[in-house]
Amino acid sequence: MSETIKTDAVIIGAGPVGLFAIFELGLLDMKAHLIDILDKPGGQCAELYPEKPIYDIPGMPEVSGQQLTDQLMEQAAPFDPTFHFNRMVTGLEKIDDKTWRVTTDENEVFEAPVVVIAAGGGSFQPKKPPIPEIDVYEQTDTSNGLGVHYAVRKMEAFKDQDILISGGGDSALDWVLNLQPIAKSMTLVHRRDVFRAAPDSVNKMRALVDEGKVNLHIGQITELVGENGQLSGAHLKPAEGDPIEINCTSFLPFFGLTMKLGPISEWGLNLNENLIEVDTEKFATDQDGIYAIGDINTYPGKLKLILSGFHEAALMAHHAFKRVHPDQKLTFQYTTSSTSLQKKLGVN
Amino acid sequence: MVKITFVESNGTEHPCEGDTGMTLMEVAIKNDIKAISADCGGACACATCHVYVRQDWQDKTGQANDLEEDMLDFAVHVKDNSRLSCQIKVTDELDGIVVDMPENQY
Repeated sequence: MSETIKTDAVIIGAGPVGLFAIFELGLLDMKAHLIDILDKPGGQCAELYPEKPIYDIPGMPEVSGQQLTDQLMEQAAPFDPTFHFNRMVTGLEKIDDKTWRVTTDENEVFEAPVVVIAAGGGSFQPKKPPIPEIDVYEQTDTSNGLGVHYAVRKMEAFKDQDILISGGGDSALDWVLNLQPIAKSMTLVHRRDVFRAAPDSVNKMRALVDEGKVNLHIGQITELVGENGQLSGAHLKPAEGDPIEINCTSFLPFFGLTMKLGPISEWGLNLNENLIEVDTEKFATDQDGIYAIGDINTYPGKLKLILSGFHEAALMAHHAFKRVHPDQKLTFQYTTSSTSLQKKLGVN
Repeated sequence: MVKITFVESNGTEHPCEGDTGMTLMEVAIKNDIKAISADCGGACACATCHVYVRQDWQDKTGQANDLEEDMLDFAVHVKDNSRLSCQIKVTDELDGIVVDMPENQY
């Protein structure tokens, strides 16, 4: 167990609404730590549609997902938030009436009076290809390269393995190029002979195919072969011709990410069709100190819009203040006229 | 109103009606068809509104463009007639179309 991190608010999810919550909490003197399963801020805006324009952010006739993320990061910067990326929150438990404990899959422990769930559609997790019994061969130990892995954490784990990679994007091609030099053999399978990865990576991969260092097959993996959970091969249905068998001890499918609610469903919160029920006065859950804002919550009339999440963040922060600073009086102030708010923003 | 039928992998049919200009995905979501997930809300960014267009309708729906083909790489159970329903616009020509849906979107 690592040292417990104590803070005012733990925000689960660093999407647009989680990022704006830093700002609203910060204006009211509450510090935040954010935890996100992605390796960067922005949530769906950054992961699903960084280049696509959004047209319904008030005051911004057109903004891309990435631009909005960058602007929110800039807006939150004066409040010095701490980000913990590549982590999933696994546990949420009550320590006493004033404190919640949040734990992650990297064994970090946070304690705070306020927890803000801004987890959108849930956590991004790798998509599994539809291969029967793939779970039999799934390997959870990241230092053991045998079996099925959806990510590469330690390259060394794949040394001297017969590696099969499936997919046509940057993840698939990057790992073909990076792992090929240390692999015993490298096979790449993709459903069509067009790769959307960076052209430079595609050229490098094609060169390795020409040199005989990478086996390239166009088709789909239909079955995995092995004994006692030890992977030894895969059946491939080529785009043309008869099925073939490929030797492999490691299989790395890269089919992008999908969103799953994950451990949130186990925290005893009131759920309605995988959404967290909140009130519309403070966006609190049925547990004191736990708030839910953005796409993850539900209430009568809820609209899954980023702008709704911003509003929810502001009301949440004004209520959360009483838990974090019970002895202080909260005065409502405007950033346009309040000297104290302007000082916090570093503009006065 | 244009008649569109979504068929689940187990054969269950969902007859729906859509307005021209909507996408097939929007018609499915409006009619609460669970087999269409549409995580990204129609941005052609998630490949979770995957459908199969039957051969006799392919001329009318057209073919997937490059971006859609790229996204189909992320879909599961991809076949030659796979499309993303967020990229198919409802037109009067599509009246009576039947599309099949994969067993799952993930």
